[in-house]
Amino acid sequence: MIALSDYLVFGAVLFMISMAGIFLNRKNLVLILMCVELLLLAVNTNLVAFSHYLNDVQGQIFVFFILTVAAAEAAIGLAILVLVFRHRRQINVDDLDELKG
Amino acid sequence: MTFEIPNLSLALPEIVLLTLTSLLLVADTFWSRTCRDCTYWATQITLVIVGWLVFSDFATQTQVTFDGSFVRDTLSDVLKLFIVVVSIGIFLFSREYLLQNRAYYGEFFVLGLFGVLGMFVMVSAYNLITLYLGLEIMSLALYAMIAMQRHSDRASEAAMKYFVLGALATGMMLYGMSMLYGATGTLELTGIAQKIASGEVDNAVLAFALVFIVIGLAFKLGAVPFHMWVPDVYHGAPTAMTLYLASAPKIAAFAMLYRLLWDGLQQALPDWQGMLVILAALSMVVGSVIAIAQTNLKRMLAYSGIGHVGFVLMGVAAGDAEGFASAMFYIVVYAITSVAAFGLMISLARAGMEFEEIDDYKGLNDRNPWLALMMLFVMFSMAGVPPFIGFFVKVAVIEAAVNAGLVWLAVLAVVMAVVSAFYYLRVVKVMYFDKPVETSRLEPISTQLGLAVSLSASVLLLFGLFPGWIMELCYRSLGLSVVA
Repeated sequence: MIALSDYLVFGAVLFMISMAGIFLNRKNLVLILMCVELLLLAVNTNLVAFSHYLNDVQGQIFVFFILTVAAAEAAIGLAILVLVFRHRRQINVDDLDELKG
Repeated sequence: MTFEIPNLSLALPEIVLLTLTSLLLVADTFWSRTCRDCTYWATQITLVIVGWLVFSDFATQTQVTFDGSFVRDTLSDVLKLFIVVVSIGIFLFSREYLLQNRAYYGEFFVLGLFGVLGMFVMVSAYNLITLYLGLEIMSLALYAMIAMQRHSDRASEAAMKYFVLGALATGMMLYGMSMLYGATGTLELTGIAQKIASGEVDNAVLAFALVFIVIGLAFKLGAVPFHMWVPDVYHGAPTAMTLYLASAPKIAAFAMLYRLLWDGLQQALPDWQGMLVILAALSMVVGSVIAIAQTNLKRMLAYSGIGHVGFVLMGVAAGDAEGFASAMFYIVVYAITSVAAFGLMISLARAGMEFEEIDDYKGLNDRNPWLALMMLFVMFSMAGVPPFIGFFVKVAVIEAAVNAGLVWLAVLAVVMAVVSAFYYLRVVKVMYFDKPVETSRLEPISTQLGLAVSLSASVLLLFGLFPGWIMELCYRSLGLSVVA
């Protein structure tokens, strides 16, 4: 039997990896989009684990909504990414520095 | 198992708004060639209908439907009416800006309406799922709207930054929500409140969940230290979008704050109060001090917005109904002031001359005394000079903070209000005492817009002379009798 805490630790590790990916990565915007997806998956893991151990179905319903919205969000994110690429011919994170002050 | 039909009439404004917006999305594809103004007018009519629907069935008591996931109370109706009024103003100004910049597409208005729908859902959310869905409906529309000016390099960069940080904020908040679900075993805000009150909840897990939820909220509101995106997005986005971003969504964000922290987590007050005090103090200091260094008016208004969020959070940090009422008073007035400020920028902007830099306003008084006077109204109201409405909202939040025993925070707020007066008054000085570079007379880009600017800016003075009713509305909706 896998304990609840194991799932939570797994979720926390996923969460940490995605945070590190967003903040440490200075090269590629696609990687940031992937990390954002991973962040939502960490949340989903948590919700499913809690839902199972609490014997309550609401958490799993929440997961379906999050998955659906994540798909819409990825579509918009990639569209903006294409827009950025069209303007600059590259998707380097460090080069998004026209706006500052 | 029985299937119960929920009481749909409570959600009638949202249902009508969704239906009309979807119809408009289809109709716009036909209208885009033949009748370019049709989408705009249909948008305004939709908003008027929805506003009327809210108003005609104004809620005086709390009613819940959809199995406790949707609530209609006085607060939600008041906020929805303000969102509708502010949105009508936003679209009025945006239309002229889009016409000037040859970006007049119907999609802007359709996306804008979807954003309004998202705000409505957020305001009426009574369950973590509805809250999340409302937030995402609004955010996804906003990401797309910022990126809409396809030929602008700056806009795409701003959209990317807003998207990544917005998604990050939602992720953080969701992580906190999942922990909250684990601790309480329910997603309903009332259920969460009951569970915490019963004392069965592990305090450590609750505090852990709260940290993530508050961080997510702070990201969305643009409070320091999670404010990095605000100046960049305000600056990079087309002015019509900045206008949208800086006004109506702030009201919805306040509603989210209220639903989560007051309806759901009221019992955990000692845990979140401390966090909000820190956020409020930092936001006020950073917002006021860094704005001094800005030369771009949009960036300056972005930092001033961060400062204003600090004042709102100070009201919320008071942690009682009076605090929330004063914060609501503040955010509603801030939204109206934002419309006036960015609307003024739009009415001066021409193709190739954006009127974004503070230096562009040199000698505005010589070129158009009336518009300079309107700008003076806006700046005085933001600085909190009586008799403008900006003064009364500042008094209200400071009073709430003092009554809650947060005296040092109130003193800091007064000091920061004085510091921020410096950069607001600098704009006034530039307009009235500097020599203009060009001396040609400057007219607003259309008479209609000139009227709208005059109206929205004089409203600040008018409300300031009669602050009673709007204040009463805010205090009433939180079940308080009026103090002033």
